[in-house]
Amino acid sequence: MDYQTHEHDVLVIGAGGAGLRAAIEASTAGVSVGLVCKSLLGKAHTVMAEGGMAASLGNVDDRDAWSVHFADTMRGGQYMSNARMAELHAKEAPDRVRELEAWGAVFDRTPDGRILQRNFGGHKYPRLAHVGDRTGLEMIRTLQDHGIHQGIDVHMECTVLTLLKDGERVIGAFAYDRERGRFQVFHARAVVLATGGIGKAFRITSNSWEYTGDGHALAYDAGADLIDMEFVQFHPTGMVWPPSVRGILVTEGVRGEGGVLKNKDGHRFMFDDIPDLYKNQTADNEEEGWRYTQGDKEARRPPELLTRDHVARCIVREVREGRGSEHGGVYLDIAWIKERLSNGAEYIKKKLPSMYHQFKQLASIDITAEAMEVGPTTHYVMGGVRVDADTQMSSVPGLFAAGECAGGLHGANRLGGNSLSDLLVFGKRAGEYAAIFAKEHDAGAVNTDQVDTVAQRALEPFAREGEGPYKVQQELQGRMQDLVGIVRQDGEMRQALDEIAKLRERADRVAVIGNREYNAGWHTALDLPHLMTVSEAVTRAAFERQESRGAHFREDHLGKDEAWAKVNLIIRKVGDGSMQVVHEPVPELPTELAKIVEDNR
Amino acid sequence: METATFRIWRGNADGGEFKEYSTEITDGMVVLDAVLQIQAAAANDLAVRWNCKAGKCGSCSAEVNGNPRLMCMTRMDTVPTDQPVAIEPMQTFPSIRDLVTDVSWNFTVKQGIPPFTPRPADAPDGTWRMQQRDVNRVQEFRKCIECFLCQDVCHVLRDHRKHDEFIGPRFLVYAAALEMHPLDVADRVEELAEADGIGYCNITKCCTKVCPEEITITDNAIIPLKERVVDRLYDPISKLLRMFR
Repeated sequence: MDYQTHEHDVLVIGAGGAGLRAAIEASTAGVSVGLVCKSLLGKAHTVMAEGGMAASLGNVDDRDAWSVHFADTMRGGQYMSNARMAELHAKEAPDRVRELEAWGAVFDRTPDGRILQRNFGGHKYPRLAHVGDRTGLEMIRTLQDHGIHQGIDVHMECTVLTLLKDGERVIGAFAYDRERGRFQVFHARAVVLATGGIGKAFRITSNSWEYTGDGHALAYDAGADLIDMEFVQFHPTGMVWPPSVRGILVTEGVRGEGGVLKNKDGHRFMFDDIPDLYKNQTADNEEEGWRYTQGDKEARRPPELLTRDHVARCIVREVREGRGSEHGGVYLDIAWIKERLSNGAEYIKKKLPSMYHQFKQLASIDITAEAMEVGPTTHYVMGGVRVDADTQMSSVPGLFAAGECAGGLHGANRLGGNSLSDLLVFGKRAGEYAAIFAKEHDAGAVNTDQVDTVAQRALEPFAREGEGPYKVQQELQGRMQDLVGIVRQDGEMRQALDEIAKLRERADRVAVIGNREYNAGWHTALDLPHLMTVSEAVTRAAFERQESRGAHFREDHLGKDEAWAKVNLIIRKVGDGSMQVVHEPVPELPTELAKIVEDNR
Repeated sequence: METATFRIWRGNADGGEFKEYSTEITDGMVVLDAVLQIQAAAANDLAVRWNCKAGKCGSCSAEVNGNPRLMCMTRMDTVPTDQPVAIEPMQTFPSIRDLVTDVSWNFTVKQGIPPFTPRPADAPDGTWRMQQRDVNRVQEFRKCIECFLCQDVCHVLRDHRKHDEFIGPRFLVYAAALEMHPLDVADRVEELAEADGIGYCNITKCCTKVCPEEITITDNAIIPLKERVVDRLYDPISKLLRMFR
């Protein structure tokens, strides 16, 4: 079989925030770095992040501190998070934000010229460094423009099919380039996965076509553990109308700036159900909620800024009980702030410019005058490759993971704004420790038999006759949406497992037309096995966890269960190739961290 | 349901032709939806580059009835469907296949522009102070999503093929974002005049018109840079002073 070979000390797979930050760090450590991205450089899903990057800079409210950010993250994750990761994240995020400014990022400013911070769900103080509602673009462009001067070899529009191993160690990856369909061997001493999430396993999602769980599946197939896969975040506010834009994200920043949720009767239903864990911190009247969004430090936050899992479920409840909007969502109203602010319309355009344009252009709605229709959309997977908190190395030597494809930090539910900071904190750590690993190890040997087998399998769809890949992909998305979505139960998930098994057989038989050049059908066929693996992993873990916690909601097991509070679910490939779910105890909180959690109850 | 006909360019660097496809048009659909529907149903191997489908990544640039557009932000109800809708790749860049072009030239150009170089930090903790009013202009430039539609429509590149002598509107905006960054201390003025070929721009503002982010490319970025170039390199008094330096 014909293929090109590339040699790097560290190979980074994925060029969003985590991948770019890892590549920069490894390169700075003096090793040679290859960066593989599925799309063009700078187009990764990070550009979609809107609201901001959480870090306890304390620029707007000096009561903030890493310990408060840590406690907020743990509470938001329903105490399922890896506490060491949450600690490192809270401690290091401020430096990572400041570093971006040193590399050219231009955040919005406070009156005294420092980085401005905004309110977001689940964060006690205004904490999100931001640029209007395009913070992700600012972040990826800053990393990209800094990274291109660091001597990193970038391989654009290149998709990884499998990781290569020498014994127990990962020593590279096998890929194809989109443009010509040529096979590529990347030989490396250490590999960092930074491939993002799995949203394309569901029908309604804010995620792009790339989000097919590649890193999760590659790591799983290489023998690495996955953790917390039952926790999939459904963002409460995606667009619902018109149909072609269903799922596109509406930033939580809308609520941070004073936007309110209403049902068809005009009732602010978020006041109806405030969880005990958050009663102390949540306003019980509209006036107090409004004062909070305007920076009143004595006021408690409005219930619209409760955690995403809870807000999403309240929306589902309103719709199910017949109080939804015309097209099956609820109303998100920011236009009302004109009653309170004389320059309200201008304020909305300045603070939420891309939301203004998105609704104007795609839905013919002027958000400074009318309410938006919104509903939950698959947004983020908390679960991912299980990693060591300090080094980000997986359970397989030489294989690291960072960002959304790694698990542990967010537990049962991620707070908004904690993703961008996660990418930087753990992207940096993964790059740093991958470089150390690369310096301490020789280059292993590539097994050409493994490469040839994968290459042959990849070409088989061209030789087949039969159904195309899109139908299988669409059916999988439909089944996951309907059976393993925001509300789950035993029978439906059993059915999902049956259907995933059948779809996997169909995926193994799909046929594609045309040749190897930029052939979207072929690429979809090659993404399918990864989608099947992550769908099965989510379903098996969700089936196993017989309680409702965070983003995981079981209508047949309502409420949290103390026994389950002590269990993380691990997904592992066993000897016969089948998928196993293993119970592992949630690590005990060290005394000093337990005290921080108690002090911030 | 309404059905629309599309003429989509299929081919590669060796040549190609328009092929006709029909697909159903539903409420609120954008051109990219129609193209993806055609791809899923009738042309599985149709090459099209896209990612976010929300106007944020700048991947799905193409020419719709001859207009440079992001396909994901072009509503079908703004496109006449009484005749076939023509969709073809950007013309300023070499074809890869179907609607996908080779935009690698842009990445090479960017690499050649001296990077951000901040002044020493203002505060002992290594941070800087900047006023919002001083960063507004730069934030406008930094909205750029690198869709390269401005490069596509620029006649210096599109018709005169001056890719070796002119960096194009995108990178003049990039240079402006660096030059006007309150913290940046590097100097790019001589490069702008010479290697970057800013003089080729004769301010027809075609780039500004097609920018999906509504960046005022010509007035806010290019003209102020041209003024810096003129002030430095062509002002008679400073020219005289330089002779005696």
